[in-house]
Amino acid sequence: MIAGVPPSAATMFEALDQLFVSLKHWLVGQLPPAWQSWVSLAISAAAILGVFMTLFALTVLIERKGLGRIQNRYGPNRVGPWGLLQPIADLIKMLTKEDLVPSGADRVVHFVAPVVMVVPVLMAYAVIPIGRNMAAVDFNAGLLFFFAVGACIELAVFMAGWSSRNKYSLLGGMRAIAQMISYELPLILSTLPVVMLAGSLSLVDITDAQAGHSGGWLARWHVFTPWGLAGLLLFTVAATAESNRAPFDLPEGESEIIAGHLVEYSGIKYALFFIGEYLGMFAVSALGITLFLGGWRAPVIWLEWVPSYMWFFLKLGGFVALFIWLRGTLPRLRADHLMNLAWKFLLPLVLLNAVSAALWHYTAPWTFVGAGLARWLLCGSLVGVPYVLLGRRLFAGQHIGPRTYRMAA
Amino acid sequence: MDIAFLITAAAILAGAAGAMAARSVVHCALCGVVAFASLAVAFLQLRAEFVGFAQLLVYVGAVAILIVVALLLTRNFEATHEALSFRPWALGLAIALLVSGAVVSAILGSGLGVGAPPSAPPPTVKAIGDLLMTRYVVALEAMGVLLTVALIGAALVALRENGPGRPAKPGEQGSVAGRLEE
Amino acid sequence: MGELARYLVLAALLFGIGLAGVLTRRNAIVVLIGIELMLNAANLNFIAFWRHGPHPEALTGVMFVLFAIAIAAAEAAVGLALVIAVYRHYRTTNLDQIEEMKG
Repeated sequence: MIAGVPPSAATMFEALDQLFVSLKHWLVGQLPPAWQSWVSLAISAAAILGVFMTLFALTVLIERKGLGRIQNRYGPNRVGPWGLLQPIADLIKMLTKEDLVPSGADRVVHFVAPVVMVVPVLMAYAVIPIGRNMAAVDFNAGLLFFFAVGACIELAVFMAGWSSRNKYSLLGGMRAIAQMISYELPLILSTLPVVMLAGSLSLVDITDAQAGHSGGWLARWHVFTPWGLAGLLLFTVAATAESNRAPFDLPEGESEIIAGHLVEYSGIKYALFFIGEYLGMFAVSALGITLFLGGWRAPVIWLEWVPSYMWFFLKLGGFVALFIWLRGTLPRLRADHLMNLAWKFLLPLVLLNAVSAALWHYTAPWTFVGAGLARWLLCGSLVGVPYVLLGRRLFAGQHIGPRTYRMAA
Repeated sequence: MDIAFLITAAAILAGAAGAMAARSVVHCALCGVVAFASLAVAFLQLRAEFVGFAQLLVYVGAVAILIVVALLLTRNFEATHEALSFRPWALGLAIALLVSGAVVSAILGSGLGVGAPPSAPPPTVKAIGDLLMTRYVVALEAMGVLLTVALIGAALVALRENGPGRPAKPGEQGSVAGRLEE
Repeated sequence: MGELARYLVLAALLFGIGLAGVLTRRNAIVVLIGIELMLNAANLNFIAFWRHGPHPEALTGVMFVLFAIAIAAAEAAVGLALVIAVYRHYRTTNLDQIEEMKG
């Protein structure tokens, strides 16, 4: 199975790779048969919850630290060594804070909104394979399931924005709905080429479609094709907007509408929204990894001995770092620029990318010398040339240059 | 009857009843979402996986959002008296009762589906895709045209009356903030 | 009650609720929700009959429902656009007050 290592080591690595799967099988095997399927699902759910909650706590800490470094300050460094216990302190603060509900608010909807935010996000993890044989369920229409439960989040944001009876909340909610609806389209369409070429909506099958190696060493991830590279970039932009992260954080916009739909939330309900947002970011990153970056597969053949889940979380960490970096460096978009970007720029490009993927598929039989390069140029230019033209058109008539500050004399 | 069906059925009927009887129009829309989402669960119980997910995506993700946006644009976000008052409600209710009563009695009298369902494997997405591209390809194309026409038509209808695409004046209809400041 | 019959009864009740709402409510958007509920009741019937029919492998019911869902989305978009246009003109979404065309 694993190239380049002696057989005895190979079995050891295999065992390490399947450690959690075997553990679950052993645990389930101890129980009467009638319970087994339920307990198996419960264990998977508990594992997802535990792992991603831990990741959430770590990410919040790393984000605060990272943003601090970007902004030339230290970040949290008081609680525990190097501020490592900060998440626990935050948790205690959130749990003990008073839970305020505005007197004019719609109490029921105000209470339900955070739950509607978190539950679908957690459900979305069910279909994501986080390692070899490590998907909680393998739906035949897994990708559709992911987007279907993801669609519920918009409603949660609306419920939060409307029920608070606060104009900033409502504005934030409306902004969030407009943004999420607009960016859902490029997000879903950017996954279309993957589905077309893998011939399946099941995320396990899509990961399997990226098995094997080209040239004897490089993994056949989708990102190593022109449409896959373009698809990953478009997907990442749309995913950033869909998870309301900077520079697309208009719905929260602390400096203009004081956190938007979250303004009337405090204590544990606010914490739930916060958790939901971060878990949503992880989920959509995990989807990007599965679709374009080979899921849990190793990038080169010599590194296949590293356990599959390690690869998955390494890639996830890369995505999280990218999101933190973006947040630290990019200014927030203006609302009309946001809509222009989605409808006039991303949408044509994702559609062209699907055509490019089809071209890549049908030029696969080419065998003449330099066929690979020709295919790359052909398919790449199909997306690259419109990218340049559209970009020029959108920026036409706008003066982009260094800003001049006029201070009061 | 198994418990899963009973819970789903209760959620569907409660959601639908709430959607039709709630005082606030936003509550109507949210109860409607409960009904639509539980129907998706019912589709899953009938092993129509793809349809269930499509129902969730389209109804919760698109139709419900459209409805709430329309509610906000037409300033329906508070329970007003005109939204509350029913038309001659006894007549409407009687007609609805008559219709559903007749259908239910017909179903119960027909002796339909006493046996267990045939144990066919659930349809794969591939099978659905194959059929869409072969037998139903004309319908699929027609659907594409219909959706495009609906998109353009909806955009045209919803354009402002005073000139297409003219930006709203502050405080004019459609600006939610203007309403809230009143 | 057989498994098919209980889904049919559920659909009939759902249709009845939607119909009652459409007949009694005055708000155009609530009426639209009622219409969607009735449409969904029909979809449930299609899926139930497909599941219990003699040829589930033909997927006829599934196809019909998929198309019906797509049409429902288009219908909701156009319907709500109409409601917004009507609101702009009459400043109300109350169906009883929009009576210019009444004889």
